[in-house]
Amino acid sequence: MIKYIIAFRDWIDARFPLIEEWNKHAAKYYAPKNFNFWYYFGVLSMVVLVIQLVTGIWLTMNYKPAADLAFASVEYIMRDVEWGWWIRYMHSTGSSAFFIVVYLHMYRALLYGSYKQPRELLWLIGMLIYFTLMGEAFFGYLLPWGQMSFWGAQVIISLFGALPIIGDDLSLWIRGDFVVSDVTLNRFFALHVIALPLVLCGLVVAHILALHEVGSNNPDGIEIKDHKDKNGIPLDGIPFHPYYTVKDTVGVVIFLILFASVVFFWPEMNGYFLEHANFIPADPLKTPEHIAPVWYFTPFYAILRAVPSQLGGVVAMGLATMLFCFLPWLDRSPVKSIRYRGWKYKSALAMFTISFVVLGWLGMQPVTPAFTWMARFFSIIYFLYFMILPCFTSSDADIIIKYYRLFVRGLLGISIIFLAIDLAPNLENINSNDAVAPNLYFIIVLLVLTVGLELSKFYSKDNDKSVPDRVRFP
Amino acid sequence: MMRIYILIVFILTAQGSWAAGEDNMQHEFTYDLSDQAALQRGARTFVNYCLSCHSAAYMRFNRMGEDIGIPDSVLLENFMFGTDKVGSTMTVAMTKESANQYFGIAPPDLSVTARSRGAEWLYNYLMTFYLDPSKVSGVNNLVFKDVAMPHVLWELQGWQEAVNVEETGEDGLPVSRIDHLQLIAPPANKPEVYQDESYEETVSDLVNFMVYLGEPIKLQRYSFGIWVILYMFFLLIIVYFLKKEYWKDIN
Repeated sequence: MIKYIIAFRDWIDARFPLIEEWNKHAAKYYAPKNFNFWYYFGVLSMVVLVIQLVTGIWLTMNYKPAADLAFASVEYIMRDVEWGWWIRYMHSTGSSAFFIVVYLHMYRALLYGSYKQPRELLWLIGMLIYFTLMGEAFFGYLLPWGQMSFWGAQVIISLFGALPIIGDDLSLWIRGDFVVSDVTLNRFFALHVIALPLVLCGLVVAHILALHEVGSNNPDGIEIKDHKDKNGIPLDGIPFHPYYTVKDTVGVVIFLILFASVVFFWPEMNGYFLEHANFIPADPLKTPEHIAPVWYFTPFYAILRAVPSQLGGVVAMGLATMLFCFLPWLDRSPVKSIRYRGWKYKSALAMFTISFVVLGWLGMQPVTPAFTWMARFFSIIYFLYFMILPCFTSSDADIIIKYYRLFVRGLLGISIIFLAIDLAPNLENINSNDAVAPNLYFIIVLLVLTVGLELSKFYSKDNDKSVPDRVRFP
Repeated sequence: MMRIYILIVFILTAQGSWAAGEDNMQHEFTYDLSDQAALQRGARTFVNYCLSCHSAAYMRFNRMGEDIGIPDSVLLENFMFGTDKVGSTMTVAMTKESANQYFGIAPPDLSVTARSRGAEWLYNYLMTFYLDPSKVSGVNNLVFKDVAMPHVLWELQGWQEAVNVEETGEDGLPVSRIDHLQLIAPPANKPEVYQDESYEETVSDLVNFMVYLGEPIKLQRYSFGIWVILYMFFLLIIVYFLKKEYWKDIN
């Protein structure tokens, strides 16, 4: 029997680079031996991608992309299709799970400097995957044709209308109608089930090819290819197969346990994964009191709402997602891993993390003056992370950075002065006007932040630790 | 890992946002799908009182019968008034046009209302109709202000009246606020089958039924989930020791 299997393998291998590719990408692909918890989320993203593709195909078999049938067809899947509820819940849970694992996967890169040289292109391809995923999620969310599907799409498409000159025509072109309608639903269906999934799969292949070209980073941020034995094998590397295939399997099973817990016990996740208002069929004549996107878009939605002008909001929101692309060049430190970075990077990242989470929470809340000022403050922290990163990761001798530091410090100072001038005439109304108080707190908090940055000499070079030669094994 | 765990706990315990109006909830209510007899009683109230105007167009009679233990013969005799096929869905004879004429708005389909409004809201809605002569239907509601629906269950609950309290508003002027509702006319001729149960019990059964109606698979998916997760824990043990075996010589 074995003889025939080997003969079959050789028959294929004579006509297709089977063994060569297997060795290149698995059996003789060397990965650092010190991967930790954070290194599961790459493979988990692929697991979720497969879940989404397979459940998506089965959903398509019974879903009807028409405005008068869509909502009912989803309920038909939930009730009359055998195990349809299970397929649907896997798909709806999968979309949130996708963003959870992708956000953690990206956060890993911030922790260990995985976007830095020589992995800039790997990071950029990853960012393209992230943008495609956002589009995929946005198009897919219209399909159940509930109130949130409809009004969420309406709000987001109308954002394009804020762009000068082309805005209105562009949003009309996206919708294919003057309001979100059957036409919109049909084209979003096409984009969701074929166009973007194709792009996504292609980008994932490119992401893995780029990864295998440069090799994986690791929690120590040390290039394992710098230390090889006499056969050219990295001393701190182990073959991906079998070591990481068996290790990732453990991670995948743990993930599937958590995933199944949500699918079977908390598929709505208290309204975070399946919004309550989306169980009301889309009604173009009845705007819901409170329109909130699904949780994975809310940090950017909060930034959008924080900016007083609509165009400014759209630009800020776009910038908030795009800025990640520039990280490989904004972060100028020779040290990759957070383990060997100084306190400045650690606190900057901590502040950024808090701002991202708080903005995500704020994006789900209704608009109040206090929440708006909170969103403004945390938006500033969010952008400040990217702005200030070159300051403390560059050498103090760098002449360009010297002027850049002055620019950042000046920008903060001038903003506070402008805000104070704006607020000053209203100060006497502080007791009778609820809107003035958060305004004042905002300036005070911003002032404390600015003074804190100055006093701690935050703009000068961070005191990184020395990086060891070889990786540490936990 | 700890951070992820805290996040998960936070998400599980945090309350998502239900539809607006939750501030006015006077009654606490948690649904319970474990009592089949209660679900049957709820189904009876639903078809007798709700299904005349509201449809539940995504629900089939025989699916309901199968899930909560009502045989087809009983379904045909006591539950189905507009149709004679047990496989048909719970549609309603009233057309949208005439409904618009009667109420000014067509009564919504109730299939998934428990999922959009939540069980507690439904319970409060059905408990808090009160007399309001300024309304066409003669009643108003604490959680759904100026609702077009009349108090359909009046013969089970009777009539309630609002008891107001005087308060000082934010502008310093006195304002009147509804403090609670008071039963002023208990039901005189309760139908026989409802004689033994209180109105609270009737509404509780009805809301439990509507939670089932919103997601019929809810009766089974928890028990499926336990088996799936048990199987995967078993798998976890195997793959964990497989990993340990392979990795024992890595240092």
